[in-house]
Amino acid sequence: MLEIKNLHARIAEDETEILRGIDLTVKAGEVHAIMGPNGSGKSTLSYILAGKDDYEVTEGEILFNGVNLLELEPDERAAAGMFLAFQYPIEIPGVATMEFLKTAMNAQRKARGEDTLSIPDFMKRVKDAAAHLNVSMDMLKRPLNVGFSGGEKKRAEILQMSLLEPKLCVLDETDSGLDIDALRIVSDGVNKLRSPERAMVVITHYQRLLDHIVPDVVHVLSRGRIVKTGDKSLALELEKNGYADYVDAAA
Amino acid sequence: MNASAPIKNTQAEDDLIARFDAGRDQLAGSADVSARREAAVGQIRDRGLPHRRVEEYKYSDLRAFMKSAAPLAPKADVAAARDVLQATDCFSGLDRYRIVIANGDFQPELSDVEPLAAEGVSLTDFNELLSGPDGATNLAFPKTGPQDGTVALNTAFIQGGVALSVGEGKVVTKPVEVVHVASAEGAAVTRSRIDLAKGAQLRLLETFIGDTGDGELNAVFDYQVADGATLATTRLVVGNARSARLLTSIATLGADATFKSLGFIAGTRFARNQQFVNFTGENSEAKIYGVSMAGGEDLADQTLIVDHAVPHCNSREFFKTVLDGRAKGVYQGRINVAPHAQKTDGEMMTQALLLSEEAEMANKPELEIFADDVLCAHGATSGEIDEDLLFYLRARGIPEAEARTLLVLAFLSEAIEEFGEEYVTEGLEERVRDWLASH
Repeated sequence: MLEIKNLHARIAEDETEILRGIDLTVKAGEVHAIMGPNGSGKSTLSYILAGKDDYEVTEGEILFNGVNLLELEPDERAAAGMFLAFQYPIEIPGVATMEFLKTAMNAQRKARGEDTLSIPDFMKRVKDAAAHLNVSMDMLKRPLNVGFSGGEKKRAEILQMSLLEPKLCVLDETDSGLDIDALRIVSDGVNKLRSPERAMVVITHYQRLLDHIVPDVVHVLSRGRIVKTGDKSLALELEKNGYADYVDAAA
Repeated sequence: MNASAPIKNTQAEDDLIARFDAGRDQLAGSADVSARREAAVGQIRDRGLPHRRVEEYKYSDLRAFMKSAAPLAPKADVAAARDVLQATDCFSGLDRYRIVIANGDFQPELSDVEPLAAEGVSLTDFNELLSGPDGATNLAFPKTGPQDGTVALNTAFIQGGVALSVGEGKVVTKPVEVVHVASAEGAAVTRSRIDLAKGAQLRLLETFIGDTGDGELNAVFDYQVADGATLATTRLVVGNARSARLLTSIATLGADATFKSLGFIAGTRFARNQQFVNFTGENSEAKIYGVSMAGGEDLADQTLIVDHAVPHCNSREFFKTVLDGRAKGVYQGRINVAPHAQKTDGEMMTQALLLSEEAEMANKPELEIFADDVLCAHGATSGEIDEDLLFYLRARGIPEAEARTLLVLAFLSEAIEEFGEEYVTEGLEERVRDWLASH
């Protein structure tokens, strides 16, 4: 599904190097966790996957189902099945949530050569997905993410993810700002989407999210490189000992 | 020293003087109206068209813009006007009454005279008012900004217009569209009067369709809103006109009155929408909105003077401008509060979104306050499309052009939604999309 080879990237504006040779292969059906200390490049990796042009890839490549991902525009990546759940979902005053959902779903369908959704079909999908995520109709009536609490924003991200049915879900610190109950709702929503055809990359600081979303593979990212890969027990070990060992190892 | 040396007239000013001399006999009005017309054309001759050294026209130099002045449009052919009406509908699908002014003249046979009469609305040809005894009493002038050049240009050449009166307590059930039709090229100059008696309510639409060619469009509306009456008006200045669109409204509000207006300008080479609002009775409210979209070399000017002459009135002004290409946007808004106009609450905001590097916005909000117990505020912002918002939308699969459209609509719809006249929302959003599709 996703093959990242020797990826080097820097911030476009000041040329600060962030990623220094990442190799990562994620197969369909797998859930990979990427853990690491602040500043290790986790969020940068997620933004590069989604296509934010604040970053410049200087070396390496990313293949998404065999296609060179770096040649696609952000919206083309989304239509091809890439989804990034933002660490900080953006508030857009004046854009109604429902209108946004309909526009996004239909734009992706159009890009894939599929028919647009009928209004009743669209409404049914939204209502079903919203019910599972405890998203109220009142929230959906508001402008996109405007006035949402931290937990509501994260639930709204997962709602978008379930409606857009991506092939690859990248979750950037989805657990940040969530209390225990919200964490459970969000994790249940994510787990519902696990399937043999879908892959997930879960980026997090803390092990606690991985109690809920149990990964197949855990990577440690430090100073722009993956310095250790293991199974879910690696996450527990990190929780106990911290990142210190790996920060030194990368130096 | 008040005397000033005579100016050298421009080609356009010479054309206007010639137009007046040639048409003098056809222009309606009693003797006092003719005198007003003479004085107005004299003003153009002596001071020229309004230009950048006149403070109110500093950013919108009409004198430099008008290279020439076309003759007045000929009397309308009813069939030709009907064709234009059938081809262009600014609010298609909206159930409303229609009043038609073609080539500057009121057209009863194209207007819903009888259904309006049944609603308590009477219509009169404005020329009848001008031709009656003391015709000039029907010519309203802005209290502030005396001898405004746009109004003088109007007074000199008024071809006609409509006087609409809504009877006491009458609530007109459907919106009423006053549509100006150009069925032949040439200048169209109109004066209309909208009278709401006590407690009356009217929702008005003002639209301008057809091609005036090189002739300017100059329309002045005089709104008289009596005690307890409510007037909501939406003015739509759209289309690819190459000549000046000059729109003026002068609103006089009684006590406990409500006045709401939205001026929408899109895709017009030179447009000035100026509004003068006068509070003459207490506990009244005015809400003035503006939406401008300009690209290429366009100029879109929204000018506003609100005069709080009496206590206990509220005004709210909210203007949005989107600019592309080398376009220029102008917002001039002034709130005057007289010394005894205590408890005035005035709030003014103007915001611009610049889609290109070369676009230019002139924001000039002003407060002139002589009372000491008032609440008045103003603000102005200019910015670009937020790249983070754009990226978020694109990351969800929305192509860039569509994402930009969504964000521009979101920016403008704040004003359209706050205006709150839902019957126009769809039509206005469609105009926004049209404009964006062509830029």
